Amino acid sequence: MSIKQVRAPMPGTFYRSSGPDQPPFKADGDTVTSADTIGLIEVMKTFHTVAAGVDGKALRFLVDNEDPVMAGQVIAEVDE
Amino acid sequence: MTIRSLLIANRGEIAVRIIKAAKALGIRTVQVHSAADADMLAVKLADEAIDIGPPAAKKSYLSIPAVINAAKRAGVDAIHPGYGFLSENGDFADAVEAAGMIFIGPKGDAIRLLGDKVAAREVAKKAGVPTVPGSDGRVDGIVAARKVAETTGFPIMIKAAAGGGGRGIRIANNMAELESQFPMASAEALAAFGDGGLYLEKVISRARHVEVQILGDGENVVHCYERECSLQRRRQKVWEEAQAFLLPARVREKLCASAVALAREVKYRGAGTVEYLYDDETQDFYFIEVNTRIQVEHPVTEMITGIDLVQEMIRVAGGARLSVTQNDIVPRGHAIECRINAEDATRDFMPAPGQIGRLSIPEGEGIRFDTMLYAGYSIPPFYDSLLGKLIVWAETRDACLDRLKGALQQLEIGGVPTTVPLHLALAGDDSVRRGAFHTRFLEAWLEAEFSRQLQSKSEVA
Repeated sequence: MSIKQVRAPMPGTFYRSSGPDQPPFKADGDTVTSADTIGLIEVMKTFHTVAAGVDGKALRFLVDNEDPVMAGQVIAEVDE
Repeated sequence: MTIRSLLIANRGEIAVRIIKAAKALGIRTVQVHSAADADMLAVKLADEAIDIGPPAAKKSYLSIPAVINAAKRAGVDAIHPGYGFLSENGDFADAVEAAGMIFIGPKGDAIRLLGDKVAAREVAKKAGVPTVPGSDGRVDGIVAARKVAETTGFPIMIKAAAGGGGRGIRIANNMAELESQFPMASAEALAAFGDGGLYLEKVISRARHVEVQILGDGENVVHCYERECSLQRRRQKVWEEAQAFLLPARVREKLCASAVALAREVKYRGAGTVEYLYDDETQDFYFIEVNTRIQVEHPVTEMITGIDLVQEMIRVAGGARLSVTQNDIVPRGHAIECRINAEDATRDFMPAPGQIGRLSIPEGEGIRFDTMLYAGYSIPPFYDSLLGKLIVWAETRDACLDRLKGALQQLEIGGVPTTVPLHLALAGDDSVRRGAFHTRFLEAWLEAEFSRQLQSKSEVA
């Protein structure tokens, strides 16, 4: 079984849900398809969706909600 | 003056601006910063710097305890909030006073009163300032909303009572839209501002955004004339001028007097701005809101009046009377400010943080650049995209536009895309030169004129 990585497309603040009172887009252990949104990145007060970009089982987040992220930083891993 | 030391509870270009004003007054400066801002220019310029928390603004610049603790640690006399962040937070102003320090701005009560859009409208009415036709205060539900709309007509704006800065606004073009949007607007207002209260205002189409700069010392109030801020994108100002050059003298006099009357009503202390919509055709103006802080566009007023607004607000906060009377304030020439953002105008204004390479700033008579930049600086992604403001002054508006074009051509910011190309296009645009614009001009112009220019450039390239 190989592990695929999901990287932040841009620097900013990572959010796991669309709002403070909303459920997370994905939970640890969820399966994902490439087009699934797994989070948002806020960069300079604008919000951009982050797609998984890979298909797989058992998603694992490596950063917490509201953590700062750098462009290219691995934010999650997915088991194939 | 009782203020000998000052903490700056802000970042970016306005922090730099405040430090310069404080230094000119011989005041010691203490700059707070988040972990992401340790390298910012204001930190380098201040006498002392204090780390107040993580990059997220709510854990640093928006944290009242973090800022107050830093101020106590540094033993400062006063705190300047700049704009944004805690600048219009009445509870913060109270907390600063409760901690035995001076808040550079109005009293907490005045901030709360004028910050509540509905209450501010009431103050305006009391002072005899015309308001946009709409609801008398908060609207209690869809039945009441329908009644208001029947009187004012469409389109009508549904606005959050606790909103501001263009946030929390929806437009309904007919009764069906009003009925569907009203409950959603209330839910959104509740989620965004913790207050689902709404009010209604008629949309003044083809209006100009004109605002009056006021200064008060708690007793006396003067105005420093008005600014024209109609060029906006997504309800955010992009380009500002002083004065509003097409305003008839009679209207200007009434407008400025009404702003002073409103500020007197609340015994205003500090620098503030009364914002209006102005209808060119009917020559009517309507009160929109009061900003109880220094504004991004304050330099254009400084350029035409020669008054240092930030120094003045520090002085009056320290207990001094206003250093100028109304008769001393005589506007001269014309000034334009361009907001230079780290945004890619060719890619729908996508924000683009990054490292500044070469930096070349234009100099010369009538040219001012308020900025947070230095060569080698890395712009963090956590805050807004404003890098600096190019302000140009000349005897006439035409001469000012010409000088602005030259200054923009000389301004070189390497490493990140900026909105300089947008401003160059605006400075060369015929409608802008004629002053033939209104608050909804820029977005249509971007879609048609600006994208045509980008297209032809990419074809040449």
